[in-house]
Amino acid sequence: MNQPAIETAGLRKSFGDKLVLDGVDLRVAPATVYALLGPNGAGKTTIVRVLSTLLRLDAGTARVGGHDVTAHPDAVRAMIGVTGQFSAVDNLLTGVENLHLMGDLHHLGRREVRGRAERLLADFDLVEAGGKPVQVYSGGMRRRLDLAMTLMGDPRIIFLDEPTTGLDPRSRRNMWQIIRDLVADGVTIFLTTQYLEEADHLADRVAVLDHGRVIAEGTPHELKRRVPGGHIRLQFPDARALAAAAAILDGASPDAEALTLQVPGDTGVRSLRALLDRLDRAAVEVDTLSVHLPDLDDVFLALTGKEDRERETVA
Amino acid sequence: MSTMSYALTDSTIMFRRSLLHMRRYPVLTFMVVFLPVVFLLLFVYVFGGTLGNGLGGPTGGRSAYANYVVPGILLMTVAGAAQGTAITVAMDMTEGIIDRFRTMAIYRPSVLTGHVLGSMVQSLLSLVVIIGIALAIGFRPNATPIEWLAAAGVLMMVTYAVVWLSVALGLVTKSVESASNLPMPLLLLPFLGSGFVPTDSMPAALRWFAEYQPFTPVIETLRGLLLGTEIGNSAWLAVAWSVAITVVCFVWAKQLYNKER
Repeated sequence: MNQPAIETAGLRKSFGDKLVLDGVDLRVAPATVYALLGPNGAGKTTIVRVLSTLLRLDAGTARVGGHDVTAHPDAVRAMIGVTGQFSAVDNLLTGVENLHLMGDLHHLGRREVRGRAERLLADFDLVEAGGKPVQVYSGGMRRRLDLAMTLMGDPRIIFLDEPTTGLDPRSRRNMWQIIRDLVADGVTIFLTTQYLEEADHLADRVAVLDHGRVIAEGTPHELKRRVPGGHIRLQFPDARALAAAAAILDGASPDAEALTLQVPGDTGVRSLRALLDRLDRAAVEVDTLSVHLPDLDDVFLALTGKEDRERETVA
Repeated sequence: MSTMSYALTDSTIMFRRSLLHMRRYPVLTFMVVFLPVVFLLLFVYVFGGTLGNGLGGPTGGRSAYANYVVPGILLMTVAGAAQGTAITVAMDMTEGIIDRFRTMAIYRPSVLTGHVLGSMVQSLLSLVVIIGIALAIGFRPNATPIEWLAAAGVLMMVTYAVVWLSVALGLVTKSVESASNLPMPLLLLPFLGSGFVPTDSMPAALRWFAEYQPFTPVIETLRGLLLGTEIGNSAWLAVAWSVAITVVCFVWAKQLYNKER
């Protein structure tokens, strides 16, 4: 089946006179992870809410699982699972009761409901907590239960809105593993994230969203290729050393406050040695040196020009 | 649409959820029952002796007033339960779970019908408790079983209307706090009607309001059924008010629920 799991064209949405989505085109292949990357307020959540039938779109088309979200919202709802930013669990019920509620609403048989709930509790390390009311759960447990509830309906397309925001590093890694397992089972994952590392680790394709527009799209590898290489970061003991180094290294951008100098270009051993030699000859003292390979952070900053804007306001 | 066939199933599931909430959060039910009990005891034992003499009946005193005040207290119970409904609905709406329900292929209004059925159970339980206490402290109705049934029917009808009103109020508010405040005026309505004293003892403007507000015909109908006073056209007015409130608030609640948020 080569039909895309999610396909949008010219998606537009505004709240009052504030334009939130300004013509978004997306195409997500089945059984892949698609990451929507962007800062707060870029429109990530709005896209998820439109695709999961919670918001009506002002213009454009959106098809999820082959169904138009406006014309056949119920057909879309039958195929999707959504885990939003705010935990969508019933706080007064226990974990097991929450899962059973979902199973009942999916109209599964009684045995099926129990079976699936048990399996999910085991998979998500919630067996012990299952009988306790959700009110006493930790943030990580709540998030796991939330996703388990989404999985009760065995959805083919899952929307995860910032699934790891606020999780500790271990819980985050667990969540990543869960997502990888789901994709291996043929599920399509559409996730939003502010963490470039997350998109880099998980996603088959990434769309960078800024001010309601997709400003770049591709595999993490393709996106990284679009920014010029990495950089070397030098840390100096004082402002004088920083100034001296900045004077002899072309194209380096100094940060007077942090006493660092960012030198763009080749990060190979040979050029590192050459760089240090030049500093030595000029008798400039360097505290520490670190090498940065290009990551999605660089892509993001290069594409949105965020860093430039921030620098302007500082200056 | 296939989801329509699930209307009953999904409503039942949501109703069970409401019952479970009541069991997990009994404080709310307790609060709903507590207020009318206090008012019943206060008005019978503190004010009852004096107010009963003012009723102009053959016996007067506390026992006469106990009979007089119970229908008003019953309406107060219904209004108090409304407050509980508005709170639980608002709690649901301010939490993430509602968005989950909205993205599932379920019968959409089942979230609301679950609340309505749950609140009906809560209100009827409270009413039974209040009637029990009333009987224990001197309420002496002379109703036949048929009249009792009719009174129960009237109470259910008005409860249904008030519950839909409070569902709408719970939806229209942005916070749980305001949801608990909005239905407050309902608690005052039995006072500004024939609940605690006859309306003809009131000053003209107040009396006009008291005679034409929806709770008065309901109170008069209950009084007539339970104690044999004259009902007149109160029964029809009670039905008309209940149906009108139910229809208007049902449409309003549905519209609020379907609105994007």
